[in-house]
Order: sequence, then structure tokens, then C-alpha cells
Amino acid sequence: MTIELFVVAFIVFMLIAALIAVEARDLLSSVIAVGAAGFGLSVIDLLVGAPDLALTQVVVEVISLVLLIRVVLTRNDTSATEPQDALRTGVALLAGGIILVIVFFAVGGLSQQGGVPPFGQPVLSNTPQAAVPPGVSADYLARSADQTGAANAVTAVLLDFRAYDTLGEATIIFVSILGTYAVLRRLGRRGREARA
Amino acid sequence: MNQGGMTLIVKQTARLVSGFITVFGIHIALTGHLTPGGGFAGGVILAAAAVLIVLSFGGAYCSRLLTGPACHIADSAGAMMFLLVAILGYLVGGFFVSFLPQGNLFHLVSGGTMPLSNLAILVKVGAGLAGGFLALSAFRLASGAKEGD
Repeated sequence: MTIELFVVAFIVFMLIAALIAVEARDLLSSVIAVGAAGFGLSVIDLLVGAPDLALTQVVVEVISLVLLIRVVLTRNDTSATEPQDALRTGVALLAGGIILVIVFFAVGGLSQQGGVPPFGQPVLSNTPQAAVPPGVSADYLARSADQTGAANAVTAVLLDFRAYDTLGEATIIFVSILGTYAVLRRLGRRGREARA
Repeated sequence: MNQGGMTLIVKQTARLVSGFITVFGIHIALTGHLTPGGGFAGGVILAAAAVLIVLSFGGAYCSRLLTGPACHIADSAGAMMFLLVAILGYLVGGFFVSFLPQGNLFHLVSGGTMPLSNLAILVKVGAGLAGGFLALSAFRLASGAKEGD
């Protein structure tokens, strides 16, 4: 029960940090607030028993924070630009629409079975309350040691049972890094020509 | 301060710490099938060591040690290695089927192809992120920004 209190406290902390990140006038403050929200998420991962996720979250957060601070410090003006009124209205309308759609499906719109399962009862779980009763999570836990020989069930799922997903994830990282190279090379060449 | 980068204190600390960070990243990836962690987390830790070196010593100094094309080659090689592990599964049945013996539980050599996959992802993610950071740093050099702040 105390774990849930801690989790709720950290969620409130993350919400406040996210609000500060959106509303802060200074870009550096925004970046630091984003970092605070990310570290709060990693602490929540630890509290609910997901050390793999917490480790990845911490290291990714450190790298992205360093990158963002570097970028912000390189810029001369660190003040956030004010968006146009039309743009702001459009973004607000879009966000409101997305929230409405999510709420619609979360309360079980369209489907007879009730679309999204309730919180705490994921589709993959084997509990009787699950939306799709023959889930696979208990099978993963029971068979991972026998069938894969790996002691860490998370890695067994990532690299054996669900290796296709990991391949897709690796492809996404590869393509995004490739895109970074392409954009930066073109911009860098233009800058070099402008300076020469 | 002749080569850009930060002060002597930061450089010495980075020199001392970066080796340990590298070893820790490789350890996280190699024991990913035994303890929490894995190739992705280990690769990001490796990239963090590279970022530490680049930030403390400056981009111009590091272009002799670690170049963008080298990172890109390592990135692609890691991706190809992961795909190769997947395709070699066809030898015993199908895509991503483990072709190595399972080994003993809780031993370093266990889990079939999992250590190999973790190693491939370690190389891929580490080189990819470090290369991306180097590309940003080189872009900053090329676009005429002041180096060594």
C-alpha cells in the first residue's frame, strides 16, 4: 500500500515537472524540468519492480538531458519562442480531440467486449478478470527458464519470444540515426560553404 | 585550453571515469540475460562514455580518436550482426530460432543466442548514439560556432 502512495507522489511530481517544462519562459528551465520528469518515471519503474526498464530509462534520460542542455547552451537566446495564436488554437484543438478519442476507446466504445481492458488487468495477463482470458504472461514466466535458458525473464521475452519486436525496434533506431546523419551533413555542408 | 574542451580537472576526471563507464556498459550488455539490463542499456552507457570524452576534450581533439564514419560503420555492422543471428536461426528451424545450446541457468554462457544478440545491439546502439552526437558536434564545428565554451 505504501508503494502506491510513493507511486502517486512521484506521478504528481512528474505532472508538476511536465507543467513547468511547458510553461517555463527559459528553455534551460524547460529542459531541466523534462529531465526531472524522466528521472521521476525511472524511480516509479524501480518502485513497481521493473529494474530493466528503470536502468534503460535512467541512461537514456542522462544522454538526452546532456544533448538537450548542450543544444540549449549553444543557442544564443535561451528564451522560448511564443507560438502564434492560430497555431496555439490548432494545437489545443488537436490535443483535445486526441484526448476525446482516447477516452472514447478507454470506456469501451465501438466493441462489444469493451475495447481497452481496465487498469491493472492487461490483455496479456492470465487473471480471470482479463479481457482476453487465455493470456500469455504466465506462460512466459513459467517457460522462460526451461525453453530459453536465460535467467532474466525480461531479456528472454525481448530476445527470444518477441525477438521480431526487438528487430523492429533496432530498425527504428538505425533509420533515425541515418536520418540524423543525412540532415546534419546537408546543413553542415551549407554552413561550411556559407563561411568559406 | 589550446585544444578546446574543458578545464584540466574535468579532463582528468573524464580520463579516470570513462574507462570504468565503458567496462560497466559492456558488463551490463554481456550479463543482460542474467541480471537487469541488456544490449540497449549497455549501448547507451557506452555512448555516454563517448559523450563524456567529446564534451570534456572538445570535438576537434576527439576527431582523431573517434570519427563519424567509423561510428557509422560500427552501427551498420551491429545491425547486420543482429540480423545475421536472426537469419542463422534458419539452420535449425526458422527466423530467430536459437541455434546454440541453452547451457546452464545462471551461467554466463547460457540462453542460446541471447548473449550474441545483446552484443550486436550493444555495438549498434552504442555506435549509433555516439555517431549521432559526433555528427551534432561536427555540425557545430562546421557551421562556425565558437568551440570550447
